[in-house]
Amino acid sequence: MTDARPEEIQIYRVYINATPEAIWEALTSPDWTVRYGYAPLVEYELRAGGAFRAYANEGMKELGCPDVISDGEVIEADPPHRLVQTWRMTMTPELAAEGFTTLTCEIVPVRGGVSRLTVTHDVSNAPLWAFVTRGDGESAGAGGGWNEILSGLKTLLETGVPLAFQSGPQ
Amino acid sequence: MDDNLVFRALADPTRRLLLDLLFERDARSLSDLESHVEMTRIGVMKHLRLLEAAGLVVTRRFGREKRHYLNPVPIRLIHDRWIDKYTERRVAALVNLKKTLETTK
Repeated sequence: MTDARPEEIQIYRVYINATPEAIWEALTSPDWTVRYGYAPLVEYELRAGGAFRAYANEGMKELGCPDVISDGEVIEADPPHRLVQTWRMTMTPELAAEGFTTLTCEIVPVRGGVSRLTVTHDVSNAPLWAFVTRGDGESAGAGGGWNEILSGLKTLLETGVPLAFQSGPQ
Repeated sequence: MDDNLVFRALADPTRRLLLDLLFERDARSLSDLESHVEMTRIGVMKHLRLLEAAGLVVTRRFGREKRHYLNPVPIRLIHDRWIDKYTERRVAALVNLKKTLETTK
């Protein structure tokens, strides 16, 4: 894990009726990521030191987003169980200025075909990004953060249909 | 995760207070939470265990200390699956009413 102070991390957890492989795929493949949450197109080099980039979808570009909306580096990739990466948001200059945060995704099979996904986001020194990921900016149009992403991911994997409401412009 | 566990966890005022405390400031220790609740340590631990079983609280150890984190995802799931469905219908009904009133003017 990271050396962050306890107060500087956010932890989110969701149980999904899906295999770890399916959840891993949904987190790391652009075919899936455009269908839930903020709907970015992700690009991963899934090895330590590999690059991570997320690109704006067409709807975001129409709203004036830059092409690359976030970037980072893969620290650890152990499919389908553990992904650790740095993550910087480059959507606005204010967010980009906060620099890199650290994201850890852990997927554990529980029982009966259900898996547990735990997202630990070390948002040290990134107060604005922490505000967005917590969903505090939702009423201001910044989306529901991790809550919304994980809710959308669960619905998509379990039903095959995206949530009717989501932040990512389609 | 079972929705019943979430509803049952939310049905108790002490547990809602514990969630409010974590909403206000995350990563609290047991001693910290205990200091805000008029209850024995054992009582608070019992409530925290129920909140953890419902997935509303996630704990993590830092050295010898256990910290508690609010996990709002189960509440969001209920919101996205239940509440939105009804608010959408209500909004649609209001829009229809407005249209009807405007066209019959």
